[in-house]
Amino acid sequence: MSDPTVADTRRLNSKPQDLTDAYGPPSNFLEIDVYDPQTIGVGRNRFTTYEVRMQTNLPIFKLKDSVVRRRYSDFEWLKNELERDSKIVVPPLPGKALKRQLPFRGDEGIFEDSFIEERRVGLEQFINRLAGHPLAQNERCLHMFLQDESIDRNYIPGKQPQR
Amino acid sequence: MSFFSFGQSAEIDVVLTDAETRKKAEHKTEDGKKDKYFLFYDGETVAGKVNVTLKNPGKRLEHQGIKIEFVGQIELYYDRGNHHEFVSLVKDLARPGELTQSQTFDFEFTHVEKPYESYTGQNVKLRYFLRATVSRRLNDISKEMDIVVHTLSTYPELNSSIKMEVGIEDCLHIEFEYNKSKYHLKDVIVGKIYFLLVRIKIKHMEIDIIKRETTGTGPSVYHENDTIAKYEIMDGAPVRGESIPIRLFLAGYEMTPTMRDINKKFSVRYYLNLVLIDEEERRYFKQQEITLWRKGDVVRKSMSSQATIGAQRFEGSKSSVSSMLDLKCRA
Repeated sequence: MSDPTVADTRRLNSKPQDLTDAYGPPSNFLEIDVYDPQTIGVGRNRFTTYEVRMQTNLPIFKLKDSVVRRRYSDFEWLKNELERDSKIVVPPLPGKALKRQLPFRGDEGIFEDSFIEERRVGLEQFINRLAGHPLAQNERCLHMFLQDESIDRNYIPGKQPQR
Repeated sequence: MSFFSFGQSAEIDVVLTDAETRKKAEHKTEDGKKDKYFLFYDGETVAGKVNVTLKNPGKRLEHQGIKIEFVGQIELYYDRGNHHEFVSLVKDLARPGELTQSQTFDFEFTHVEKPYESYTGQNVKLRYFLRATVSRRLNDISKEMDIVVHTLSTYPELNSSIKMEVGIEDCLHIEFEYNKSKYHLKDVIVGKIYFLLVRIKIKHMEIDIIKRETTGTGPSVYHENDTIAKYEIMDGAPVRGESIPIRLFLAGYEMTPTMRDINKKFSVRYYLNLVLIDEEERRYFKQQEITLWRKGDVVRKSMSSQATIGAQRFEGSKSSVSSMLDLKCRA
């Protein structure tokens, strides 16, 4: 019957898949939008904030739909916290644009529309990449950044308690 | 290499008795080229003739003895001076004297032990060769002839499947299974990956075959990793309950049998590396060693072989220890 010199290449037996698993929503839904830039303040004390909306079905996040307002330095804070406390390679942030903050420019500097849009895109890529990292999801600072109304810079760094 | 234009010199060459019938095998040289050499197995006799041809007919060749050696040696590239000979046989063909004309000498090394397979690697070389030498006062005339040795095995009695559950807590749990732990060089790896939990966005999955050559002992151990094959087994995002089949034909890849602690000098081991890559190019991997062996060309039909194949396929093979949190994540 079966020739012993030819290997048996038939598939291994496997459990049939449950149809609700096959056609149901995947358990890895995670989408973060960074949008609606608003420049607040006057003159030298202006800064731009962005709305950060997260929608997810991952159990590790307390809220399945959250919206917060964040500025560039908040993203910087998050990057620094993770670089210090975790072993992950943190994705890069869009640039600080120090040149744009110098006086005597012809344009609006860091409040130029095209620059804000460029930065918005970079911040969105950054946070999506980061939030999907299994090790980053364990860090308290990520959850605070995404889902707490404001960032408490005096927080105690540590791991997010498991649900 | 004689610098003297006067005096007598000779050419020496070695011809095997069964040169017409003996098979040749391809073997990589140190600089990556492939050459064909006569193939021998353990226990086979190595016999032939040594031809000493005088360059200047009429003149005599004085010599300190003519001999032929059969040598098996291990050469570590970082320690070239020291050759570790594990087989060293010698036959004296002529006592010191002189040759008045070209001459042929018969030799036979009977049932020579060749315990290891020939191997040319990144940091180490194991080779067998015949060396015929005409000893002279100032400079010897010698010729080496390399041969290739293959070590053969038969189907192992015990060849359990590899089955393991691994993952990252609450993120990704998979169960992988490979149908055997010992494969011959023309075998097929049949397996499957079963997804128990998928909370990351997987883009694709591949199986790599990694060859690891280890040389040295104690404090100075060198590992050379070489990815022999990358074989994509899944493109796209799986969900819970999905089973992805694996069918990987080994005959297409250049591999050697697994070599463990050869003469306490080096090892060559093979690993299957299961790699999952997510949308952000993060890599999750699990490495598993497999044993490779060389099957002889002669088919050994045994009554139990059909039963063995059947048992490997359908019997609930004993699961290995569940090792959660064993999947590693990189970047």
